[in-house]
Amino acid sequence: MKALTWHGKHDVRCETVDDPAIVNPRDAVIRVTSTAICGSDLHLYDGFIPSMKKGDVLGHEFMGEVVEVGPKSTLKTGQRVVVPFTISCGGCYHCKKKQYSACDNGNPADNQDLSEAGYGEPMGAAFGYSHMTGGYSGGQAEYVRVPYSDVGPLVIPDDSIEDDKVLFLSDILPTGWMAAENAAIEPGDTVAVWGCGPVGLFAVQSAFLMGAERVIAMDHFPARLELARRFGAETINYEHTKTYEALMEMTGGIGPDACIDAVGLEAHGAFADNILDQIKVSTFLGTDRAHVIRQAILACRKGGRVSMPGVYGGFVDKFPLGAFMEKGLTLRTGQTHVQKYMQPLYTAIAEGKIDTTFMISHRAGLNAGPELYEKWHDEQDAYTKIVLKPGMERVEAA
Amino acid sequence: MAEQDELVRDDAPATASKDIHPDRELSAETVTIGRPASELYDYWRDVANLPTFVENLESIEKLDDRRSRWTVKAPAGKSVSWISEITDDCPGESISWQSQEGADVPNSGKVEFIDVGQRGTIVRAVIAYEAPAGIVGKVVAKMFQREPRIQSRRDLRRFKQLMETGEIATNARNPAMKAEQEDK
Repeated sequence: MKALTWHGKHDVRCETVDDPAIVNPRDAVIRVTSTAICGSDLHLYDGFIPSMKKGDVLGHEFMGEVVEVGPKSTLKTGQRVVVPFTISCGGCYHCKKKQYSACDNGNPADNQDLSEAGYGEPMGAAFGYSHMTGGYSGGQAEYVRVPYSDVGPLVIPDDSIEDDKVLFLSDILPTGWMAAENAAIEPGDTVAVWGCGPVGLFAVQSAFLMGAERVIAMDHFPARLELARRFGAETINYEHTKTYEALMEMTGGIGPDACIDAVGLEAHGAFADNILDQIKVSTFLGTDRAHVIRQAILACRKGGRVSMPGVYGGFVDKFPLGAFMEKGLTLRTGQTHVQKYMQPLYTAIAEGKIDTTFMISHRAGLNAGPELYEKWHDEQDAYTKIVLKPGMERVEAA
Repeated sequence: MAEQDELVRDDAPATASKDIHPDRELSAETVTIGRPASELYDYWRDVANLPTFVENLESIEKLDDRRSRWTVKAPAGKSVSWISEITDDCPGESISWQSQEGADVPNSGKVEFIDVGQRGTIVRAVIAYEAPAGIVGKVVAKMFQREPRIQSRRDLRRFKQLMETGEIATNARNPAMKAEQEDK
């Protein structure tokens, strides 16, 4: 099959690799009909995530048609499914508590050592996102082997709802929703969102749905700020505006009730090559982009909530722990428990309460993948979300 | 020494001690599995099941109800083996074993299954072994992958996966890739 594979920093290729097949009884194999490039794929593209191997198949946002099932799968061939990026068994202590991204079992035993050494406990597993999170082949491919297919994928029964409307149930929509949920929004709240990428934009929508009176969205790409404005957010372009001063003035000196960091450390904070070595040196990293979480803590009102969907990987220098304590803030974060949110968010989409397609800027086939990774990296104002459809010939701007 | 021990004693297991230096290499690993203790004990007690989750084990041959011959993969297509005898057996609770005289890798250990109610069962494996020199030492190194704690931890993770999900997690894209990984 054809697949987008990682070969090093800024080196993504469209190659022919071995087809997937059923390995474990609960597996299914999916023929991918739509797959997206995620902002977090840029961490891989920039070479900042450790334990990537040459030839790894990328992609963790995908959906498609079931073409093969193992004896313990409950799916049927021909069914249309969206696959959560988190590979979760459904039966362990964490899965039963709906903390799916903390699943004990999805990450193969040998792959758990790295994150256990770095984080004190092993991470859960994900598609196409380094060997630390399992080393599973991802969804930017024609076919994918999907473990635990009896508990993960969401069947889309309504064929009239096109892929582009439900594809983002795989990651970014639940991630934006959980970001808002973690901000414990109360009716009348003012919510500040740092970063108007796909997750930030979904967090804006989610915050309003949860009763926020005002949402203030921040970015430096005008096109992305315009998308946030479309959903009723007020905006701050931090290239032209002093963020803290603006936030304090816009909230009458109180500060936002809830602050959402939808930026994360991006390239700067993730571990480099060897996680163990990195632990020793990383106190010298990450001072740049950790700016967002620092600023969120300083701007947040006393007793307010900070939610951090943005990805951090290592250590942060000069974390304002004093402000965090003295202001009595709450911080909630974590990889998204995708399986928990898919069904209710699907219902919201089907009922027209959440719009997902507005952010798609480009559609193309897998062949264009390498070129589009470059564009996604270099031209973030124009390329807000890229959806790949295996078999498509040309790149189409939305 | 004994008096001092009394004074500094806490509630932590001896295997986490900074001060106790046992005669043999000692490793202890603990995992919580969301299944009843009796079910986990039964699976473990049937030695024929052990190679499904213990890495580098070529086979376990049951000799009688208490004794079994363990065969471990060695470099260059060779293998080493020893006879292990169950010295104490508490159904549903624990299994203790000891290798018999003449073992290439003298070892003993105990696996406990502790009922913790809603969370299931705590499985605690304590293994003591004598690290030999020479070729056998290399075999042991391979068996324990240089770091015995990591190896037994991985084995317990696989046991947990098998008991909780009915399968052992693998990132292999297809059966051929899985076979290739297992040969390594």
